[in-house]
Amino acid sequence: MLFRRIIADRVSTTWMVISISTILVLPLVIGIGLYVKAYPLLELKPFGELIGSSTWLPHEQKFGFLPFILGSLYVTLIAFCLSAPVCLLAAIFITQFSSKRFIYFMHPVIDILAGLPSVIYGVWGIIVIVPFISDYLAPLFGIKSSGYTILAGGIVLAVMCIPYILNMLIEVFNTIPSGLKEASLSLGATFWETVKHVVIKKGFPGIISAFGLGIAKAFGETMAVMMVVGNMLQTKFDLFDAGYPLPALIANNYGEMLSIPMYDSALMFAALLLFGIILLINLVFRYFIYRTKKNE
Amino acid sequence: MNRRKIIEEKIFRILSAIATYSLIATLAFIIILIFIKGFHALSWDMVLKAPKGGYYYGGEGGVLNAIVGSLYISIGATIIATIIGVPAALYINVYLSRRKRMQNFIRYILDALWGVPSIVYGAFGFTLMLFLGMNASLLAGIITVSFLIIPIVVRTFDEVLCNIPKGLHEATLALGSTRTEMAFKIIFKQGFPGFITALLLAFGRGIGDAASVLFTAGYTDLIPIHLDEPAATLPLAIFFQLSSPIPEVRERAFAAAAILTIIILVISLTARFLSKKYSISNLK
Repeated sequence: MLFRRIIADRVSTTWMVISISTILVLPLVIGIGLYVKAYPLLELKPFGELIGSSTWLPHEQKFGFLPFILGSLYVTLIAFCLSAPVCLLAAIFITQFSSKRFIYFMHPVIDILAGLPSVIYGVWGIIVIVPFISDYLAPLFGIKSSGYTILAGGIVLAVMCIPYILNMLIEVFNTIPSGLKEASLSLGATFWETVKHVVIKKGFPGIISAFGLGIAKAFGETMAVMMVVGNMLQTKFDLFDAGYPLPALIANNYGEMLSIPMYDSALMFAALLLFGIILLINLVFRYFIYRTKKNE
Repeated sequence: MNRRKIIEEKIFRILSAIATYSLIATLAFIIILIFIKGFHALSWDMVLKAPKGGYYYGGEGGVLNAIVGSLYISIGATIIATIIGVPAALYINVYLSRRKRMQNFIRYILDALWGVPSIVYGAFGFTLMLFLGMNASLLAGIITVSFLIIPIVVRTFDEVLCNIPKGLHEATLALGSTRTEMAFKIIFKQGFPGFITALLLAFGRGIGDAASVLFTAGYTDLIPIHLDEPAATLPLAIFFQLSSPIPEVRERAFAAAAILTIIILVISLTARFLSKKYSISNLK
């Protein structure tokens, strides 16, 4: 009996160790796999030229990723500017001003918003945001626009990122000791002053991290953005013009990937770039969060 | 001075309330809109039939192929993720319970992996697929999606496990159990609500994700039978039909979107209900 128990223990321990090591080497394997695929391109052109050039002619083997990187940055920037204030205010309201019952009600709302697939957001963008921009917003500024614009991508992305950032902000605000708040209130500060001078100040590293991770999430979002952003090469920043973010490039061209020489390598390079940037942002801001958690 | 304070307080209270209620409104708006648009074209044919000839020009048929394909892929991926993810989460909380730094390091890596976008997993899955000499198939899709959801399973389950009181660990070991028995008979049972949440969360993520299966699962009008056949998925069905210029086909994309939304809503609410139900009997 004891023998059998020990054998069972050994077997399951091995299984556990195997599975945890699989998970831990996964990022390395992904990085190496993409790098191997992207290597032919990197051998052909230096890294700086690939990123800095903006001529994209796959048939002539000219791969400049600048328009795509800029496209991603523009969309992310708009999404961030739209979602950050809403998230901050909503997180303050949920954690500081609202009742317990309201919080119970809000949790499923945030969960469902976070759980809706990006295709659904894309459909919503096509039905609502795109016509809104082409019929109302663009004429307001006297511009003709198809509606499939950087702005549309940014708005859809902002809505998608809100539950993600909001969840993290709520967690940050919940870790702030209530003694601090009580001390501030008992000195005669109003609720808002307490929030402004105590809660936000104390939670500042957490807030920055939440925003940073939100940016990383926005940067890598594919389907929803691709459906509304127009997918046209562009380097200048124009709200009412189409853009072409990096993830959309990968997703749009997988069909002809193998028919043009070096094209698959270029797309894998794009994936590697995306992976590198997002992993880096994630590691930096997660480290921030762990540091602040440790100090408590 | 006092007046200014009060006015500022009022303004920000109202602003933050607006921000919060606008979130609820946005969610309601999205769901109601998808349903209104979708229920026009939604019929039993949509759910129960695979596309017939000329479907993409407004012909007969439905999206059963995509529904079945999506279910196969996300069920398969959830099973793989459970086989790898659950032991990993137990290992972190049972074997490493005294090594805080190691625990934190693993969680750090997992959180970072969670943040990697699905298109990167898709590209990696494609690379792996070529490396192994596979074609775009159900199996390749399952493997790719399982990479995507493993971090979710581990971290969600782990989040519940790490709150189990240490006294329970000690009591179990003091009674002479092996660590395996402790992991599966005690810790797993205590963390069961977390396990359910993790599974359903991962399943929902798997069924809704399009970018990762775009390269790997392919697309077909047939219902897949074997693992090496390509499979259609619901998000891609929506995406492809929506890019069609024919209004009827676009209508059907909305109907497919409504089906997907219903599935996600059901999963999300079930997760909530089940995790509440099972956590009643837990030790606190």
